[in-house]
Amino acid sequence: MAIPTQHPAPGAPRAASAVPRPKANTFSALLHRSPRLRLAGLITAPAGWLVLVYIAALAALLITAFWTVDTFTGKVSTVWTADNLVTVLTDPVYQRITLRTLWIAVAVTVIDLILALPMAFFIAKVASARWQKLLVVAVLMPLWASYLVKAYAWRNVLADGGLLEWLGAPIGLQSPGYGETAVILTLSYIWLPFMILPIYAGFDRVPDSLLEASGDLGAKPLTTVRLVMLPLLVPSIIAGTIFTFSLSLGDYITAQIVGGTTQMLGTVVYANVGAANNLPFAAAVSLVPIAIITLYLFIVRRTGALDSL
Amino acid sequence: MRLSRSAKVILGVVTVLVFLFIYVPLLLVVVNSFNADRTFGWPPRGLTLEWWVRAFDSAGVRGALVSSLWVAAVSTIISLVLGTLLALALLRYKFFGRDVISLLVILPIALPGIVTGIALNNMFTTILGVSLSLWTVVIAHATFCMVTVFNNVIARLRRMSGGLEEASADLGAGVFTTFRLVTFPQLRSALLAGGLLAFALSFDEIIVTTFTIGAGDTTLPIWILQNLFRPNQAPVVNVVAVVLIVVSIVPIWLAQRLSEDSVGIGAARVKAKEG
Repeated sequence: MAIPTQHPAPGAPRAASAVPRPKANTFSALLHRSPRLRLAGLITAPAGWLVLVYIAALAALLITAFWTVDTFTGKVSTVWTADNLVTVLTDPVYQRITLRTLWIAVAVTVIDLILALPMAFFIAKVASARWQKLLVVAVLMPLWASYLVKAYAWRNVLADGGLLEWLGAPIGLQSPGYGETAVILTLSYIWLPFMILPIYAGFDRVPDSLLEASGDLGAKPLTTVRLVMLPLLVPSIIAGTIFTFSLSLGDYITAQIVGGTTQMLGTVVYANVGAANNLPFAAAVSLVPIAIITLYLFIVRRTGALDSL
Repeated sequence: MRLSRSAKVILGVVTVLVFLFIYVPLLLVVVNSFNADRTFGWPPRGLTLEWWVRAFDSAGVRGALVSSLWVAAVSTIISLVLGTLLALALLRYKFFGRDVISLLVILPIALPGIVTGIALNNMFTTILGVSLSLWTVVIAHATFCMVTVFNNVIARLRRMSGGLEEASADLGAGVFTTFRLVTFPQLRSALLAGGLLAFALSFDEIIVTTFTIGAGDTTLPIWILQNLFRPNQAPVVNVVAVVLIVVSIVPIWLAQRLSEDSVGIGAARVKAKEG
């Protein structure tokens, strides 16, 4: 070690202390003596970043929703008005879009739940330990593939003369084409792993002995599932629905790629940031999914689902 | 509860079908990047490497690739520094506002990407009057990539005992020497895993990027979005999509081998919010 401040020179130990100490006048020694200074050094940059970049941005978003755009200059003018919010809440066009977005989010959640439950059960309780590990990795891997690529993949699947038509041809099934159904299918596809994982973790936590006890006491498998497993699984299921529901509510890329002309809250936000150049209105629209998600989280908070996120 | 054989078989078949549902669309993109038919009719009539060559020759794609790599690298470096500092501060010290800050750090992933995107866009353009560029993308990405590093480092710190660091200090090492020689070597694989995740997250991010990128700049996901609806670019879009799949999955695979904390459900949650 060639750092003189921290190590005494060989052969010249300081008589005063048995343990060599850093020189008192170095910055390192100052930090050593003062835990507060150490903490300040650690926390300033990251906390400052989060507050200055993110919290400030969210606060500004809330404020901007109450501003307006000058129709002549196209610039944001800082005149306070609740017009944007009133329009979003009362205009039938935006009410319809809000309801459609909600419907899509609910449909996606239900589809994913139906697909995830048997699969998660199989992985957690039927598959052998070795397969269990492999299958979990197999669920996780595609989860990390780009969201954009997945939406794009479904554009290919649903295309004229694409895979779905080819698969459906023998049984007379047609591709739904690009539209609301395509959005629901694609979003179900994209968020499915996020439903499988928490439910799998939930099944995994149910001890086998409990299930055996239920069986020994005479319950048929379906009765055991209904009376023993499902009640224990509720928090995990809700955790899964938080993902699928809130992620679908905020979507706009999928709607753009496979939705045809389908409008969702996200597409309205995006259109108002870009083409329409009305940031205050976009900010007001974006408050709708925030409010719905907050409300949903508030409702499910009592079930303890938030702890299993 | 004893399941009958047929019940197990049915569950197994359902699982296989759902896995097909998960993997077939992605495989379709991979196969189509070699599909000789430019309209991608299924089944493909022939295979070709032409689209890969074309993608490689395309200046637009190469430029977008460089931008993506640059953005991902810079965001990863920033989030490595900030995430590590934050994890050390939150785990080693008790202070006023600690709970608030630990909530703050997950906020960028707790809210939908579109909210983060429009909030930052509004902040840059309306409030600060900064023109959007790749730097604004870096700032946005670093904000949510910080969480992956933070999660990995704090999980590792929880398992480490502070004893070694105390011993190091007692033996006369200064604060920085202790970090360099004692703390950092123990954190190394967690940092590498967190960094790889942050890189993968930033590299294929699209939602926040669309709101924070300048008009003249393109990352690979933005390039896909711009060329998606142009029929004559479709073959090259497939190739770029395959590149995105590979570049996002390989780091995850590596990260998983490095650290158990990184690819669990908690990490999936990070990915969930940022697409």
